[in-house]
Amino acid sequence: MANEPLRLRMPVSEEVLRGLTIGQELLLSGTVVTARDMGHKFLVEAFRPDFADLLQGAFVYHCGPIMVREGEGWRVVSAGPTTSNREEPYQAEVIARYRIAGVIGKGGMGEKTSRALQQHGAVYLHAVGGAGTLLARRVRRVREVRMLQEFGVPEAFWVLEVEDFPVVVTMDARGGSLHREVLAASEARRKELLGL
Amino acid sequence: MDPLVNWALELIRKTSTDLSPDVERWLRRAREEEAEGGTAWNVLDAMIRNVEMSREAGTPICQDTGLTTFFVQVPRGTDPEAIREALQQAIRLATQEGSLRPNSVHPITGKNTGDNLGVDLPHIEFEPSPDDGLVIDLLLKGGGSENTGAQYRLPDAGLKAGRDLEGVYRCVVDAVHHAQGHGCAPGILGVCIGGDRAGGYAGAKRQLLRPLDDTNPDPALAELEERLIRDCNRLGVGPMGFGGRTTVLAVKVGWKHRHPASFFVSIAYSCWADRHRRLEVRNGVGKVF
Ligand code: SF4
Repeated sequence: MANEPLRLRMPVSEEVLRGLTIGQELLLSGTVVTARDMGHKFLVEAFRPDFADLLQGAFVYHCGPIMVREGEGWRVVSAGPTTSNREEPYQAEVIARYRIAGVIGKGGMGEKTSRALQQHGAVYLHAVGGAGTLLARRVRRVREVRMLQEFGVPEAFWVLEVEDFPVVVTMDARGGSLHREVLAASEARRKELLGL
Repeated sequence: MDPLVNWALELIRKTSTDLSPDVERWLRRAREEEAEGGTAWNVLDAMIRNVEMSREAGTPICQDTGLTTFFVQVPRGTDPEAIREALQQAIRLATQEGSLRPNSVHPITGKNTGDNLGVDLPHIEFEPSPDDGLVIDLLLKGGGSENTGAQYRLPDAGLKAGRDLEGVYRCVVDAVHHAQGHGCAPGILGVCIGGDRAGGYAGAKRQLLRPLDDTNPDPALAELEERLIRDCNRLGVGPMGFGGRTTVLAVKVGWKHRHPASFFVSIAYSCWADRHRRLEVRNGVGKVF
């Protein structure tokens, strides 16, 4: 399992994304945009042209951060991933319509998303859940925030410039899923332990 | 201001930003078990470094600071309502300063109250104190880990689980398998055998307050806990569900009397960020442990 993390600076080509495989650790640099339930619903309800440029080639990050005001701007206090599966109904469409490079979250996603990743050459990256402070430190700059008034702090779109943001590829563009593999192995052990 | 508000605020801050030393120690031990530089090792290492950074900076370990549950031992002659008000006030302040993320939303409309207060929030369980000390335990438990809890009703034919300790074992192994990494593994499990449905879950959650290095006073349960830790780790789910040796850090089992017709096994899953702390007020002085 030991592998050197691969440094990836966005924007990255579809070719590079398609070359990533599950289990690969990455240090990601570039733009990520946070979006949770309200954000995904918003992006799918209607095509939002003003989000097209922002999202194209960027990663959507499933995260509801803790932010504090600092002068005119904002500072990220804690920003770990939140459970991705809640966005399963919307994710495939967000990938297809906005041509994002992929998704960062936790827990993995379902078959519909997996198909969209394959179709559009995108990947699902898993961050360490609960590592709120550590991940917040990898945010170099808060570029802007959208829909803050409407959605509130955790649900707003925070546009973040990250540097060496540590993640693991757990769903790749070839249909691979580390979640599926670990689940299958665990299921075999469960049956063995319980004599089922 | 009521000094209790200040102490309770200190309790919340410390719980949110400084992981209990026993949990941190267990994470370090787990890291030693994994191959250095491998993904499981790196994940545990990130958790440990995150704990250190959060303590130094005084920032929340995880941005999901969870729902607030207090277990309060009230000395004779103290008004529980006054304690409730002080805790509410402390939560309001902790939310304003960012030690807690606003997490209380209306179940239907989704509207956030903005201050972490609401119907049954904070959740407080009062009991009489054995002496004249006021003791307040706080548990902050995030949504992802709460969602991975489970309750079984024995017998369970699918699991070949009967109404005995072997049956309990089977439920817990099954629950840990189903949880995979979703509750931010490695997890700490609180288990309650018996009780009614509500009491079972409450009892399971209370087990999470036990120090990780204690030994169950009931030898049969102590043995069950050991066996569960060993076998759940054989599932290979690993830190965050990426695969690895450490799937659970600890299992704590308690029990309650039950109705003859019901046999519940309730499981509270805490993520690795198992945040709980204690405030004791004695002789007019409050101290957070
Ligand atoms: S399960 Fe725990 S560590 Fe994971 S995101 Fe939720 S509160 Fe944080």
